[in-house]
Amino acid sequence: MLQLNFDPAKCIACKTQDCLVKCQYLRLDKDKAKTEMQKIINGEDSFVLHDCVTCYACEEYCKMGNHPFYLIVERQEGRGILPAPRSIATMWINQCEPRGRFTVGKVKERALSFCFIPIFPLWATGKLFDGIASSYIMGEEFFCNAVFLHYAKMSVIKDRLPKVIENIAKLGIKELICLHDECYGTFNSLAPAYGMKVPFKTTHYFEYLYEKLKELKDEIKPLNVKLAYQRPCSNRLSPKTQHFVDDIFNLIGAHRVKREYVGENALCCAEVIRMGQGYKIADDVQKRNLEDMVKAGAEYCVFNCPMCYLSIGDKVSKRGLKPIHIIDLCKMAIGEKTAPGV
Amino acid sequence: MIDIYNLLAEIVGEQHVSNHKEERYFYGCDPGLTPPHEPDYVVMPETTEEVQQIVKLANKEKIPIVPKGGGLALTGLVIPQKGGIVIDMKRMGKILEVNEKSRYVVVEGGVTHGMLQNYLKKHHPKLRHSIPDSPAISTVVGNAVIHGQGRLTQQYGFNSDMVSGLEVVLPTGEICRIGSHSISSQHWFSKGAPWPDLSGLFLGWFGTTGIITKLGLRLYPCKKMRDVMVFLTDKIELVPDIILKLTHTEMTEDIVVNEQPLPPRMKGNIYILIIITGDSDEELDFKRKIIWDALWDIFESRDGGFLSVPADMKPPLLEMPSRDVVRFADVRKGGGFEYSGPIIPLEKYPEFITKQKELVSKYNLSYSATSRVIAGGHCMMYAFAFTFNRADPDEMDRIRKALREAAEFTVEQGGMMWKPTIEEQKMIIERMDPNTLKIMKKIKELLDPNGIMNPGNWEA
Repeated sequence: MLQLNFDPAKCIACKTQDCLVKCQYLRLDKDKAKTEMQKIINGEDSFVLHDCVTCYACEEYCKMGNHPFYLIVERQEGRGILPAPRSIATMWINQCEPRGRFTVGKVKERALSFCFIPIFPLWATGKLFDGIASSYIMGEEFFCNAVFLHYAKMSVIKDRLPKVIENIAKLGIKELICLHDECYGTFNSLAPAYGMKVPFKTTHYFEYLYEKLKELKDEIKPLNVKLAYQRPCSNRLSPKTQHFVDDIFNLIGAHRVKREYVGENALCCAEVIRMGQGYKIADDVQKRNLEDMVKAGAEYCVFNCPMCYLSIGDKVSKRGLKPIHIIDLCKMAIGEKTAPGV
Repeated sequence: MIDIYNLLAEIVGEQHVSNHKEERYFYGCDPGLTPPHEPDYVVMPETTEEVQQIVKLANKEKIPIVPKGGGLALTGLVIPQKGGIVIDMKRMGKILEVNEKSRYVVVEGGVTHGMLQNYLKKHHPKLRHSIPDSPAISTVVGNAVIHGQGRLTQQYGFNSDMVSGLEVVLPTGEICRIGSHSISSQHWFSKGAPWPDLSGLFLGWFGTTGIITKLGLRLYPCKKMRDVMVFLTDKIELVPDIILKLTHTEMTEDIVVNEQPLPPRMKGNIYILIIITGDSDEELDFKRKIIWDALWDIFESRDGGFLSVPADMKPPLLEMPSRDVVRFADVRKGGGFEYSGPIIPLEKYPEFITKQKELVSKYNLSYSATSRVIAGGHCMMYAFAFTFNRADPDEMDRIRKALREAAEFTVEQGGMMWKPTIEEQKMIIERMDPNTLKIMKKIKELLDPNGIMNPGNWEA
């Protein structure tokens, strides 16, 4: 049985309780945060377990790598607390179940992971993916399953993720370039937190794009546009990848606008919040987020996660910004046609 | 001996009549389970007068007549049980008038829903009609005659409730006008009220009392925007209450309830599709919130919730007619599809879905249960829908048995079978109040004294 690598002593000794104090949705001072965290550690009920919007952010706020969010998810599941209606969780469980409908390209030691998001094959084209586009994996068999963190279904992750890792390893892949931010977060945060060995190297596609753009430096024509970046919830599991956003923007001559909701203070797309907490919080988060982008003078909203793009792309357009995925942005910079939208 | 073929050819022209085997075969079957039976002639008139002459000829010679629209009822209603003449109405395909102020259209008997949909989109974009989820070749008249439902049925009732006038060729050959245009040929705004509504003599009778050659149909505002919300619950027993709450808002265009085991994401849940319309983002947003609030208690109890529907998932859900229905119809491959779609009281939904699951398990069938809310929730259509391979007689037999059981169950539960097969019509007639049956019989004998119209159907 896979056990969460969580050290209560570290948590008790923590001087900041940032995991809960910094929470954008719950209001807790340091003392209250300590009390509630202690309850959670003890397996007792806490309002945190009920009111958590599952934004993943506390995973990033905890600088000790002690996995407070995974503990919250474990405790929610243990106590039968549902962060979203049962039917929504059931739909995801059924939809993501491996059924042997995966596709595998001409896989080499270095391969792309398209998760099971059908838009990725359309995006992973052109010079940026020269020599690797045909080496890919896609399907439920390779799906990271981190989505179940939103539904208090850690048991599903623990059941399916080891098999996913095994499926990938069996293909002889030595380096997996994850096009879905959440897959990268899963292999580099969630899996190790449960002691799952990942026997292949994983590379975030940001890093891949950055290196590729450096190779294509001579073909880059500076875009000279103002960009807001939409950070997804999953990126809280791999905050060290954030600098690549600025690195890429600098390479392609784009300017990232100064925003209130950036980095640790970023707001998610809020569609998961809508399903779990209702429209009031979700509408408020989206309104604040988009107003912040507009106020900062952004011309484009750059997406990392396709699901964020699908969720708020239209709303972004209606506020006068152009929604674009970062892969397409890089293609624009080297004069390539952008792929069909989501 | 009278040469019927030549007499028909004199009426409609030789190229529009056939007694060839190919046509007789084609017009002798439908996609459902009813055994085929060929007509002797197929004829395609172009005008009311041609229909009138054909009917007069048939009445004189006592030849059975079956009027046919799209032929998509699936329950054998236009299979000529006693041979005779099938009158295919397709050549009567003119859209005669659109009244934008009083919001109605007058169409000929062969106009299809697809034709009307495109015509309105092009010439009258502020108006729309209630589009059923049958293929676009289904006819407006055919759909009204079987009391079909469409995308505006939740708001305005059965598509037949939207009829605003009829022109009918009676079985004895007279042309009869029903509704406001019976005294003023320019006005087709009412099918009866405030006078006796004689449209009831023809709607629901499956062509056994006359042939509708023209039909007035109410049109409705075509709002600029449409959106879909999807509510999921795993508690079947909550469905009637959810629909009650939704219809209480008076904010929804259409409410469709789906339960099916495939694709896998649909397993274990009831999907309630809620369509809303508006002329602005603000109007849509307002309606979304009202609908959310209406179901908030169920959401809070975690017994149901709204799915976040990504932009790319919405077009197929909003599409009219829905291609998914047609895809399901051929999911087994082999071209077979039939459903019994009883009209049931709202509160009976849980019993019907339980029965469907029982039948599926008993007879090992592929299924989909799609239900549409009618007229603000006064009732709903519940489809026991089965798809089958025509090359698999065993599967067809199992479905026949399942549909038979479904029909018996419907009657036991107080439901009304929609577009019943002849066998189901007999079941209804056996249980019907004798005096009601007597009225039906008198009407039939009065209008069709020689019993030539679509014989076998509604034989009271």
